[in-house]
Amino acid sequence: MTTTSITLSETPRVQTYLALADDALVLGHRTSEWTGHAPLLEEELALANIALDLIGQARMLYQAAGDLTGHSEDELAYLRDPPAFRNALIMELPNGDFAFTIARLFLVSVASDQKWRRGFDDPALTAVAEKAMKETAYHVRHAAEWLIRLGDATEESHRRAQDAIDALWPFTGEMTEIREPWLHAVAPILHRATLRQPNDGWMQSGGRAGRHSEHLGHLLAEMQVLPRTYPGATW
Amino acid sequence: MVTDDALLERARAAAAAVTDPELPPLTVDDLGILREVRLDNGTVEVAITPTYSGCPAMREIADAIAAAVREAGAAKVRVRLVLTPAWTTDWLTDAARGKLLDLGIAPPEPGQGTEALFGRSNVPCPRCHSTNTERISAFGSTACKALHRCLNCREPFEAFKCH
Repeated sequence: MTTTSITLSETPRVQTYLALADDALVLGHRTSEWTGHAPLLEEELALANIALDLIGQARMLYQAAGDLTGHSEDELAYLRDPPAFRNALIMELPNGDFAFTIARLFLVSVASDQKWRRGFDDPALTAVAEKAMKETAYHVRHAAEWLIRLGDATEESHRRAQDAIDALWPFTGEMTEIREPWLHAVAPILHRATLRQPNDGWMQSGGRAGRHSEHLGHLLAEMQVLPRTYPGATW
Repeated sequence: MVTDDALLERARAAAAAVTDPELPPLTVDDLGILREVRLDNGTVEVAITPTYSGCPAMREIADAIAAAVREAGAAKVRVRLVLTPAWTTDWLTDAARGKLLDLGIAPPEPGQGTEALFGRSNVPCPRCHSTNTERISAFGSTACKALHRCLNCREPFEAFKCH
C-alpha cells in the first residue's frame, strides 16, 4: 500500500451516504467472488448480475457523496482504510457455502428493499432509491426462491440453510433500522423454507462506527491493491 | 459559422443515432435514455438516463455520444447522467420493441412497478408467439434480460426484463 488514504470530515449526512454506499460495495464485492465458482451456470449469471447491480448502486451513492466531500467515487472506494468504512458487519462476512451466501443475500435484500421503499427526505438519495428498488425487489425474489428450495429439500441442504440463518441472525440487528417490518417480511419465507426463525437476542454491531472484523481488511486489500500501487492507472 | 440552432439540431441527431453496444440495432433514442441536448456557454450538454444501476454499457454509450457530438461539429461536449425520473422500460419506443422481436428477444410487458417486473412467467415466444413458455432463469447475459424457453417450438429465448 503506497498511496496515502484520504481523510473525510464526516457530517451525519456524509455518514448516511457512506453507510448506504459501503453496504452496497462490500456486499457487491463479496457476491462477485462467486464469479467462476457458482454451482451452476444460471446461478453464475445471477450472482454476477446481482453483484453488478450492487456495485452500480454503490457508484451512484459515492458520486452523490462526492458532491458533499469533494472526493471522487474511486477515491472513496479505494483510498479509505477499514476504520473509515461504514458498512454493517454482515456485508463483510466471508461467503461461506452457497446456503450462507443465499441466506445473507435474502436477509440483507429484504432490509434494503424496505429501506429504498421507505424513501428519504434527500433528493440525491431518493434518486438512487428510485432505481435501486426495482433491482433489489428482483434480488429478494431470487434469494427467497433459493432459500425455500434449500430449506425444504434434502437433509443436508436444510441443515446448511439453518446453520446459515442461525449464524447470520446476530448480525441482522445492525442493518435493520426498523425491526418489525423486516421480521414481518422475513418470517413467511423462513416458514415456507421450513426453517426455524431464531429469537432476537444480543446483536453484533460496530461496522457503522468503523469497528470491523478482520475480514474487511482482507477484502479491501484485494480490492484496493491496484489503484494504491499504481495511482491514477488507466486501462 | 454554424448557428447555435443548427449545431444543436446536428448534435441531437448525432447523439440520438448512437447505438447500444450490447444491442447494436437499438439506438439511444429507441431505448428512451436520451433526455436533453442543450447549449451551455458554448458546451453541448447531453443528458442521458442510466438504465440499470450497474449496466456496464452506460459508460461506453456516454463515450460514444461525446464522440458523435464532437464529430457533428461541437467543440466542447459534456455528457451528464440524470437519475430522476428513473428510466423505465415503458420508455422503449415501439420501434425498439419491434427491433427486439427481430433479434429474437421478447420485449418487456408495458407497465412499470413490481407487478410488471415479476410479470407473467409465460412471456410470448418471439419466434412462434406461443404463450406456452417458462422462465429458466431470472438473470441473463446482460442486466436487462432473463432466460426463457418456449414449450411449443422448444427454442430458448431471452426476454427484456420489465423495469
